Amino acid sequence: MTARRALLAAEPYLYTLPALLLICAVMLVPLGLGLSYAFHDVKLLDPLSGDFIGLDHFRELWSDAAFWQALRNTLLWTGASVSLQFCLGLVLALLLNRAFPGRALFQLLVFLPWAVPSFLSGLNWAWLFNPVVGPLPHWLVSLGLMSQPDNLLSDPRYALWGPIIANVWWGIPFFAITLLAALQSIPADIYEAAAIDGAGAWRRFRSITLPFLAPTMAITILLRTVWIANFADLIVIMTKGGPADSTQILASYIFTQAFQRLDFGYASAIAAVLLLLLLAYALALMALRAVLVRRR
Amino acid sequence: MSVARHTSKYWALHYLLLGAFAMFALFPLFWLLKVSLTPNNLLYSEGVRLWPSHITFEHYASVVARSEFPLFFRNSVIVSGITALLATLAAAAAGYGFSRFKFRGKHFIVGLMLITQMFPLVMIIAPIFRLLSPLGLTNSLTGLIIVYSAFNVPFASFLMQSFFDAIPKDLEEAALLDGANRFAAFWRIIVPLTLPGLAATLGFVFTAAWSELLFALMLNSSSKASTFPVGLLAFVSKFSVDFGQMMAAGVLALLPVCVFFVFIQRHLVQGLTAGAVKG
Repeated sequence: MTARRALLAAEPYLYTLPALLLICAVMLVPLGLGLSYAFHDVKLLDPLSGDFIGLDHFRELWSDAAFWQALRNTLLWTGASVSLQFCLGLVLALLLNRAFPGRALFQLLVFLPWAVPSFLSGLNWAWLFNPVVGPLPHWLVSLGLMSQPDNLLSDPRYALWGPIIANVWWGIPFFAITLLAALQSIPADIYEAAAIDGAGAWRRFRSITLPFLAPTMAITILLRTVWIANFADLIVIMTKGGPADSTQILASYIFTQAFQRLDFGYASAIAAVLLLLLLAYALALMALRAVLVRRR
Repeated sequence: MSVARHTSKYWALHYLLLGAFAMFALFPLFWLLKVSLTPNNLLYSEGVRLWPSHITFEHYASVVARSEFPLFFRNSVIVSGITALLATLAAAAAGYGFSRFKFRGKHFIVGLMLITQMFPLVMIIAPIFRLLSPLGLTNSLTGLIIVYSAFNVPFASFLMQSFFDAIPKDLEEAALLDGANRFAAFWRIIVPLTLPGLAATLGFVFTAAWSELLFALMLNSSSKASTFPVGLLAFVSKFSVDFGQMMAAGVLALLPVCVFFVFIQRHLVQGLTAGAVKG
């Protein structure tokens, strides 16, 4: 009887055990290891490495110009990607929120990029920017924005915009889907009442739609910002961080250090900085929210 | 549904904007398809025409018959398929536990799962390599399956939990009163009702595993154990002039996820709406 009772008490833990074991072994233990690598000299091909070196990696980071460039790029990459994805996604959601003939077909077509694997979106856009097979350089020349059909991705001044455009293309559907779901949960009679009271379209949007959407917007933007700041695939595929580290963001710089230079210690030190920055961002937002809620 | 009658001017603008969105969404994929069908001699001579003067399936034929892509495709199907099964099983169990029980440490476990969703995954590329390498799990499909299963379990668990939450508890309790044990109740009553949810979770995990690049690149460098993304990227850096073949391979990589997408997309917004209304 006690064995049976013990089994009953253990039941919920048994259900969660497989998932928990997987996460601990593959994610949490490596996370701890990674943090400790940041303070050790860990190079894959150097059998003599492995010593504790304290803050040496971080001192090296301080004077690493490529790191500071990657930090600035992370801000531009994340800020531009999130704001463009959000604005265009909101417009698309508003357009799709009305009933009209052909809506189901349009929805299928405009959400399609969301299904494209990220490596393929990256390659696809890299090809579009390639003057040999892609139309974009030729169009830019026709528009007078470029003097001759060159590859945007090899111009250090503008190269980061290539992955940003690919990211916007790929991410609009995500925002549109989430915001459309939130829009459709707004009761229609509120709009009717407002219209009877003589509120115009803009007024209805400002005083009904926006307040209803605000919680969804806030949480989606917060989560997406963190996700995009960590999202290195498109940059690794389209520019490999080049030319000359000009398009490196922190996440892709970590990958480059680990994958190409096999310097796991230095890669982990950059990763620790990125983790701290994301934590600071999340805490700052939560503090801001607390202030706003209190003021209300 | 809207109250005010809209003028034809409004609808012209509406369709114009939607048309622009559709063009932006579809043009890159159209171009992929176009180059994959363009014969090599026309690719350079005809420049950036929207459609070649005649088309060929030669690139597809050589990708299927004379390249390693069928092997990469097979590897990706194995990795993504088994990952989807494993992660969905573990997630279904965990989601059921979260949905049906209150127990000590539940918030802690949920918290651990949330943490895994927030930190940069590139951070653990190096440690995972060091852990798997002595176990012989680098350059192996098994290693990738374990890693991908773990990455997808947290999100899949929350997804499954939301599906279980939608099933009334009374159904199970009735079965328990009839003398079935909890497992039998789970298997005969809950599982059939969550089949759509299970299918969706399987699809999401499959798609995520199918698309993953960076870990596959780091862990599996030998071409025998390469997944499709790694193979395609290696092909691009080795034969960077054979655009027709690369894009044909790209179109083939798109097929499995597009099939899933067409099935799921009508339910995406509805499912999220139901969730939102329920609060």
